[in-house]
Amino acid sequence: MKMYLNSIISDPERLERLIDIAQSSLLPMLEGAILYTIPLTLITFVLGLILAVLTALARISKIKILQFIARIYISAIRGTPLLVQLFIIFYGLPTLGLTIDPFPSAVIGFSLNIGAYASEIIRAAILSIPKGQWEAGYSIGMSYTQAMRRIILPQASRVSVPPLSNTFISLVKDTSLASLILVTEMFRRAQEIAATNYEFLLLYTEAAILYWIICFILSIGQGRLEARLDRYTAN
Amino acid sequence: MISIQGLTKSFDQLEVLKGIDLSVEKGQVVVVIGPSGSGKTTLLRCLNILEVPTNGVVSIGEKILDFSRHVSNKEIVEFRRQTGMVFQSYNLFPHKTALENVMEGPLVVKKEGREAVRKKAEALLSKVGLGDKIDYYPFQLSGGQQQRVGIARALAMEPNVLLFDEPTSALDPELVGEVLKVMKDLAKEGMTMVVVTHEMRFAKEVANEVIFMEDGVVVEKGEPEEIFVAPKEERTRQFLRMIQ
Ligand SMILES: Nc1ncnc2c1ncn2[C@@H]1O[C@H](COP(=O)(O)OP(=O)(O)OP(=O)(O)O)[C@@H](O)[C@H]1O
Ligand SMILES: [Mg+2]
Repeated sequence: MKMYLNSIISDPERLERLIDIAQSSLLPMLEGAILYTIPLTLITFVLGLILAVLTALARISKIKILQFIARIYISAIRGTPLLVQLFIIFYGLPTLGLTIDPFPSAVIGFSLNIGAYASEIIRAAILSIPKGQWEAGYSIGMSYTQAMRRIILPQASRVSVPPLSNTFISLVKDTSLASLILVTEMFRRAQEIAATNYEFLLLYTEAAILYWIICFILSIGQGRLEARLDRYTAN
Repeated sequence: MISIQGLTKSFDQLEVLKGIDLSVEKGQVVVVIGPSGSGKTTLLRCLNILEVPTNGVVSIGEKILDFSRHVSNKEIVEFRRQTGMVFQSYNLFPHKTALENVMEGPLVVKKEGREAVRKKAEALLSKVGLGDKIDYYPFQLSGGQQQRVGIARALAMEPNVLLFDEPTSALDPELVGEVLKVMKDLAKEGMTMVVVTHEMRFAKEVANEVIFMEDGVVVEKGEPEEIFVAPKEERTRQFLRMIQ
């Protein structure tokens, strides 16, 4: 630590070089964020949520086979590391003749992951809606599907906003794992630049700060959203 | 309008309704009274099949369900559409305004046109005295106002029968009157109603028939004067003494 700081302070040229690298790497890293990190996060979150709702519905349905499939899926995803899942999709599947590009591989891997984790959040939210809401729906003649779609899911989605926004923020950070299957997202850019000039500490710290800024902005949005949705739920 | 024969309902081992026979003519108001746990709520919920009876025959209007055989979900939903229910705890949809609460059934279940439904819902809310609150959310309304929205929501489906389960017992005393008034108006208009309530004044004024239940059976039924002034059964007398 001391040595590192001394080497910078006592050597104006080195300091200049570091500032130079920090500045010149900012653009490629932001580019990686805008072209890959953010789109990857948004696309997988939307796809993952769709998958999650379907999985949650299967989990609470009375149809045994659907329940079973949903359970297996959730258990498999939660019981294995995300990195291993990504490696199977990107490096493993080509063995079966199924070659998928880095970005779509990442989309598949992360969506499957969000689908499993978020489905448990959504299921809990659905179960948290008071029985009286179902009965009110039934009492005006609704079927199960109508009550689910019009009465229960809208309320459950409000209940799941806080936990889901945590999932979303985690996802932003987890997308850095996509660097290991060659997606040139923000962290991969940092790795590539560091490989040419060996300033690992500088570049990885810079990446960390950028992630932090993104997540900080998101958490402000999260707070506002929660405050707005809070009122419209049954208790 | 309503006819029940040999209705029984058990939860696991516990037999809650032990053979109820009942009939209600069109336009009649029947008030059900009885001690806590006697099965009043269960009886009401068996009428719109929120609780599936264990056995017996229930008929409303032209539709008949015989629970000695298997009854499908579809039959139940069809049957239920003839009834409306008003809950003790209102159970309004918290994510919808008063107007949207009332519009929901006609819009989603009956698939009527939005403009016509809107007009009907506004008229119903005016009728229950909430014409100026149509855009309020449930959390912005008092209990009495919420319950009146609940009544308007049930009426919007144009049911043959309205079921009330202690519609005023969650309300502050000063709010009870406004809900009872709406119910009296409905009775005058000829709505067929089955009302579980502890409001004996309402029963005396409005009911065509009062039914006293205990332990899952109908102990005594008759016109309000008979039940309240000269009950035949000792158990009815005891109950009435207890609540007065
Ligand atoms: N879903 C259920 N599962 C098991 N037991 C139930 C269920 N619903 C009601 N019971 C039982 O059935 C009996 C009758 O209940 P019910 O709610 O019909 O009584 P009630 O006359 O409406 O009473 P109250 O005046 O307190 O509302 C009670 O012993 C109750 O515990
Ligand atoms: Mg009850």
